[in-house]
Order: sequence, then structure tokens, then C-alpha cells
Amino acid sequence: MIITFFVILPLLGVFINSLLGRFVKNFSEIFINIVNFLLVVLSFVSLFYINTSENITLVYQVGGWVIPYGITLVMDSLTVFMLLLVNVVGFFVGIYSISYMKSYTESWGFYSLFELMIAGMNGVIISGDLFNIFVFLEIASISSYALVAYGIGKDELEASFKYIILGSISTGLILLGIVLTYSYTSTLNLADIAKTIEFDRSFILKIILFLFIIGFSVKAAVVPFHWWLPDAHPSAPAPISAMLSGVLIKTLGIYLIVRFIFNVFPKNQEILNIIFYLGILSMIIGVILALYQWDYKRLLAYHSISQVGYMLLGIGLGSPTGIVGGMFHMLNHSIFKSLLFLTSGALEYNFYTRDLKKYCCVNKIMPNTTFSAVVGSLSIAGVPPFNGFWSKLLIIVACIETKNILAAIVAVAVSVLTLASFLKVLKYGFYSIEDNTKFSENKKEVPFPMQFSMLSLAILCIILGILLYPNINDLLLSKIKSTIYEGSLYYKTILK
Amino acid sequence: MLVYVLCLTMFFVGLYGLITKKNLLKIIISFIIMDNSLNLFFIVVGYRKDGIFPIFLKTHSTTQPMVDPVPQALVLTSIVIGLSVTILMVAIALRIYEKHKTFDITEIKNLKG
Repeated sequence: MIITFFVILPLLGVFINSLLGRFVKNFSEIFINIVNFLLVVLSFVSLFYINTSENITLVYQVGGWVIPYGITLVMDSLTVFMLLLVNVVGFFVGIYSISYMKSYTESWGFYSLFELMIAGMNGVIISGDLFNIFVFLEIASISSYALVAYGIGKDELEASFKYIILGSISTGLILLGIVLTYSYTSTLNLADIAKTIEFDRSFILKIILFLFIIGFSVKAAVVPFHWWLPDAHPSAPAPISAMLSGVLIKTLGIYLIVRFIFNVFPKNQEILNIIFYLGILSMIIGVILALYQWDYKRLLAYHSISQVGYMLLGIGLGSPTGIVGGMFHMLNHSIFKSLLFLTSGALEYNFYTRDLKKYCCVNKIMPNTTFSAVVGSLSIAGVPPFNGFWSKLLIIVACIETKNILAAIVAVAVSVLTLASFLKVLKYGFYSIEDNTKFSENKKEVPFPMQFSMLSLAILCIILGILLYPNINDLLLSKIKSTIYEGSLYYKTILK
Repeated sequence: MLVYVLCLTMFFVGLYGLITKKNLLKIIISFIIMDNSLNLFFIVVGYRKDGIFPIFLKTHSTTQPMVDPVPQALVLTSIVIGLSVTILMVAIALRIYEKHKTFDITEIKNLKG
């Protein structure tokens, strides 16, 4: 029963908020944050559940139908991992928006769309049914299109239209894949599909998987399909940029790629190789394009492309270490990238500009924001005590284990370039010594809710490396490894 | 077989229009063509030759094939989703027209690089 609440709660929240938020002052801010907090509690309860109960996979049939029919909701370790990621980041971003969205009108509309996006993402994660995944994917995408255009300026509208076009191409390809899958296997249940095609090596399956991979790669902004992201993510309000870059591209892109390659479709070395090379391409091109950006949010958006490359590289290696590295990097990236976008929002909130050259003496005016930005920058660059280092280390070790020395060298080089690019951010954005009293007078640190979110995420950045420690490792990461690596266990546990 | 090929042709016509057209309204129309071709394809996949509607009645003989009801149910959902995406696209295109006084995307390019 616990599974259904991940969709019911946010949808109910959207409904009540749309009814009352318009009339009652400050209702949305309080109500939506309570809903987000309940979602975080539920995620931790489900983490507790899969660690204590005997069977670690929980299956719920909506309406009580027998398994190949009706809608199946599945909760295994990978699901719990993704739920934790989405809801924790969503909670902090919700708190941050309390102050940030004061500068916009009609914040109840913002909160409704925001919660609808969380409902869509939770739905994608828990559903075990192909068409249901499509519906929730569209819910999350449509609300993100609307949120990108939320400011209704020239740039926002243009970016949103680009995003809609690319998004509808990708969902068109995914729907075509779903239709072909249904006509080939006569079922829509993921576990049932996996059972039907386990030993099938026909050509049509490769075409179907290829369609799915292209569709999800557009959502994940992998390099040949990346050009919507640097426009769309900076145009949104800062909390939404944090959600889009931190969570949405991973849920709709990488999570679904992993689920389809390893759990649903039979293991296929060619597709893994494609993922591997796409990852390397994204890493290099993303970081090179990021190097000469002067718009803070645009720079962060290009780094998202580059870091998505790391995850795909780890997953494409196909070895257990690589998979754990890729998934762990996904968790870390969602924390530090949302942190960095929130700091960019804090700068924009105070100084009304995103141009790095124009800031001055930020470290004296806003010490807490500066501290979080430093922690986030060091994490994304992979400096030892922070979480980004451990996941990158795992990916590089996995490259060496599988004798891809060149890939390991590229990963290190891209990491160095990332460090260079973020040193630029810190130098010009935060520690600029240029004296400009007119610019900095009457400015003070951002309000408490924004500081709270940023500092909490910064603390998470510092301590998350502990997840690799041997006993804590068993809690989540090693379970994910077995779920993904032994792919056919997925349908065997569900259909048993 | 011809029906499937026609559906896929329609899909690629829509995709071609979505990628190459320069006018916002033509892009939206291409999206509608692409979306509807997929809905049509889904219905055609569920069709059986000489099939009847999928409800058990006493007057029907049991040997007669029935069309597959699942795609029909799914296509209804898919049509609604397509409609909502279309409405959002039209709304944003209208806002863009208010700001730029044109539907031509070669003249709407503030964002680069």
C-alpha cells in the first residue's frame, strides 16, 4: 500500500492547492512543503522496509487484477534509491522557493506545477507498466515545459518552445517504441515483457530498444540531442533549474535507460557500447562548451551535460563497479548540481544579474552562500573529501578494471577541466576583489529559508561519501548493484 | 501491410515538418500530424480481420475473432495527452507572437551558444 502514496499524495496536494491557494494567503507555501516533507518521510520508511523485510521487492496491483493485466506498481532497491533522490531534493527546493518565489506573482500556480512535476517523476519511478510510464513521463514533461516558460519573458518563451519541440519528438519516438513492443509481445507489463523476450535475439527488438534509447537520451540531454538544455534550464526560475538539472533529466532519462537495458530487454553488448561512447562524447563536448561561458546558470547547464556523460560512461561499462559508480554519481550529481543552481538563484535574487563579470565582494556580503558554492564547486570537480570524488573514483577504477585506459584518462582530464571552470566561477563570482561600493551597498545575506536549503545540501555533499563505507554500503548501493547487474531477477521476483 | 507503411510514412512526414519548418504554426501542425499518426498506428495494431467489437454477447458465435480492446483504451489517453501538449504549444506560440510580432523562428533567436 505504501507505494501508491507516492503518487496519491502529490496529486492530492496539487488538487487542494489549486482550489484554495488562490484565495488563502501563504497557503501554498505551507501546504506544499508539508506534502513534500511527508514524501521524504515515506521514502525513508520504504528504505527501512526493503532493509528489514524478507523479500525486498514489493508489488502492488491497482484494482486487484492478476499480474499481466492491469497496472503494476513495483518497489525494489533501485526504485527506493530514485525515490529518495527525487523527494529529498524536492523538499529542499520547496523550502528554498518560499522566499525566492516572493519576487514572482501568483506563486500558487508555481507550487501546483512543481508538485505535479514531482508526482510525474514519482509515478515514472514506481510504475512497472510501459504505458503507465509514458503517461507519467508526459505529466512530468508538460509541467516542466510550463515551468520553463513561467517568467513569460522573450527568452523564457523561446527556450520553452524549443524544449517542447524536442520533448515531443522524444515522446513520439518513445510512443512508437511502445506500440511496436505491444504488437510484438502482446503485453505492456515490464516483467511480462522481460519474460517473453528473455532469449529473443531478433532484429526488431534491437530497433525497439534503439527507439527507446534515443527517446530517453533526448530527455537526458546526451550530446547529439543536448541543445535544448542550455536554453531551457537557465530560463526557468532558479528552484526549477535545480529540479530540472538535478532530478528530472535523471529520472526521465538515465533511470529509464538503466531499467530498460538491464531489467527489461535482454543483455546486449552493442547497446552498452553505444551508451559508453555517447557518455564519452557528452563528457568532452559538455565541458569544452562550458569553459567559455560567462552566464553562471548557462555554465552550470553545460556542466550538467558533461556530468551526465560520467553516469553513462559508468553504466556503459557494464561491470558491477561501473554500475555502482554511475548510480552513485547520479545521487551525488543531483545533490551538488541542485546546490549550485540554488546558489546561482541566491546571487540573482540579490544582484539581478547572472553575468559572472559583474559581481563583486560576494564573499563579504553573503558568507553562507559563498560557503555552499565552494563546497558544491569542489564536489563537482572531484576534490577528495567531498562526495563527487568518490563516485568519480569508482568510475575511473571501473574503467581501468575493464581495460579502457583511454576512457580513464579522458575522465581524469574532464575532471581537471571542470575544476578549472569552477575556479573561474569562484574567482569572478564570489571572491572578486574589484571594489564597487555602488554595486554592493544595501545588500545583505539572502533570507533564512534559502540559506537553510543551501547549507543542508552542502552538508549532504560533505557526508555522502560515507555511503561507500562497508556496512553502510549494504543499506542501498550493493542492493542496487545486484538489482541492475542480475537483470533477469527483476521479472522473476515480480512474476513468481 | 500497406496500412502500417502509410502510418509510418505519416509519422515521418510529421517528424520532417517538426524539424525543418520555420513557422511556429506549421511546426504545431506537424506535431499534430505526428501525434495522430501514432494514435492511428496503435489502433491498426489492435485490429483483427473481420473482428467484432470486444464485448461478449449471446448472439455472437465464439469462433468469430474480436478486435483487441487494449490499444483502444490506451489511444484515448494518448489523444488527451496530445491535446494538452498542443494547447500548451499554441499558448506559448501566441505569447511569442505578442512579444515579437512574428511567427518566423529565424527572427526569434535571442538565445545562442
